[in-house]
Amino acid sequence: MDLSLFLQQLLNGISLGSLYALIAIGYTMVYGIIRLINFAHGDILMVSTYFAYFGISVYALPWWLSVVMAILLTALLGILIDLGAYRPVRHAPRISALITAIGVSFLLENLGLVVFGGRPKAFYRPDFLDKTYELGGVRVFSLSIWVPLVTALLLALVFLLLYRTRVGAAMRAVAKDMEMVQLMGIDVNRVISLTFAVGSALAAAGGIMWAMKYPQINPLMGIIPGLKAFVAAVIGGIGNIHGAVLGGLLLGITEILLVAFLPSLAGYRDAFAFILLILILLFRPTGLAGKDTIG
Amino acid sequence: MLEVGDIHISYGGIQALKGISFRVKAGQIVTLIGANGAGKSSILKTICGLVKAQKGSIRFEGREIKGLAPHWVTRCGITLAPEGRRVFANLSISENLTLGAYFRRDREGIEEDMEWIFFTFPRLKERLYQQAGTLSGGEQQMLALGRALMGRPRLLMLDEPSLGLSPRLVSEVFAVMRQIHERGTTILLVEQNANAALRLAHHAYVLETGRIVLEGSGEELLADPGVQEAYLGKITLM
Repeated sequence: MDLSLFLQQLLNGISLGSLYALIAIGYTMVYGIIRLINFAHGDILMVSTYFAYFGISVYALPWWLSVVMAILLTALLGILIDLGAYRPVRHAPRISALITAIGVSFLLENLGLVVFGGRPKAFYRPDFLDKTYELGGVRVFSLSIWVPLVTALLLALVFLLLYRTRVGAAMRAVAKDMEMVQLMGIDVNRVISLTFAVGSALAAAGGIMWAMKYPQINPLMGIIPGLKAFVAAVIGGIGNIHGAVLGGLLLGITEILLVAFLPSLAGYRDAFAFILLILILLFRPTGLAGKDTIG
Repeated sequence: MLEVGDIHISYGGIQALKGISFRVKAGQIVTLIGANGAGKSSILKTICGLVKAQKGSIRFEGREIKGLAPHWVTRCGITLAPEGRRVFANLSISENLTLGAYFRRDREGIEEDMEWIFFTFPRLKERLYQQAGTLSGGEQQMLALGRALMGRPRLLMLDEPSLGLSPRLVSEVFAVMRQIHERGTTILLVEQNANAALRLAHHAYVLETGRIVLEGSGEELLADPGVQEAYLGKITLM
């Protein structure tokens, strides 16, 4: 096997894995604190790309401003979904909340089809992400470098929030013992809202980079990244943030290497992710990193 | 300071509290004693808002607090340190204490309380950045007390603070409760260790199956033959 080809594919894998990781953190944070698999997470990602699309292509705003606004709006959307859909069933059996999440997912997808239309729309890709460099025989697509860099920066911010701020400590405490946090005079609902905001904002960042990569969007585009990120979160141990990052990178890298070096199996790349999920659930249901808390 | 009037609660059709009334005067240590399942913990949970009372009133410093969400009750000045310590094992000692003062904005007051806690529990200061889960049972109890005090409650409610501790640590916990009281905090204490609790308390109530059956000063109840037999393990000869 050619080393430069391998490095090139490895970079592609890291790039795809970073996106999975960013999206997986939202799953894992929400699960960590309220034990809910937010199946609408992928669809929230989809809506974020439309927010950005409207900013750039319809209102002709600068692309970076549109992206920032889309991320903020998506954070708000996450808060509203929690408020409207999940808070009313907070103390109901967990299965009710899960079904609600699936309902929200269908709602967003079909609302997307009605409002945005089913036809894919071309997504803007800034010039600097559209370059190809030649580095010692390795061909590098600039987007594949920027994606992991942006991801690393966002991850650093998330870890700062979680481990260096009071509200981050409150989030980790809620994951452990919600009732006790209330007894400290802390409004748990606000902590949960913030968790949804952060998770959704990361999904937006991931989704917009995803859209720039392909570069087109449609109302059902959130399903596959959503499911893959869910697999990544489970691989890493759902509820565990470090695990989500690990699982995302692992899934992205193996998926790309599989496609690159066993092209005859390329059509099975999605199946591969789900086979991995089944194996993990069978043999190591707590995930690679184990420990079911965002601490 | 705290007036509980005729509260009733039931869990799934079973009445746990059948009309409880009692009061805690400012500056006192009041204890509730009774057998397991008599409803002691239920009373504390109802006061702090974790359990909703179907009937009755709870007034704190003249204000009705029944029906308030737990975090509002705490902000009113009542903190519950629940049974089982329940420190955040995945957080550092420092973070546990910080969360206790989460809703406060008086930076100096927080510093002051932190100092007092470090002075009273030097072990916590030594292990400030260690995870709380690595502490021993006794140290976790001290952390739970410290964390509750970080909210600077005017009424501190303690549910079984000595449960599961060695005799030496039990007396340490009681000594600390005395210190907390001397610092001006009113205490409502639920204890298995009726003997020690009655010695400490100014006033005490005896609970049986969801009702208050007896009340009096700590000394009076210590001398009561019925209490001696039921809760202090003394056999009264006929």
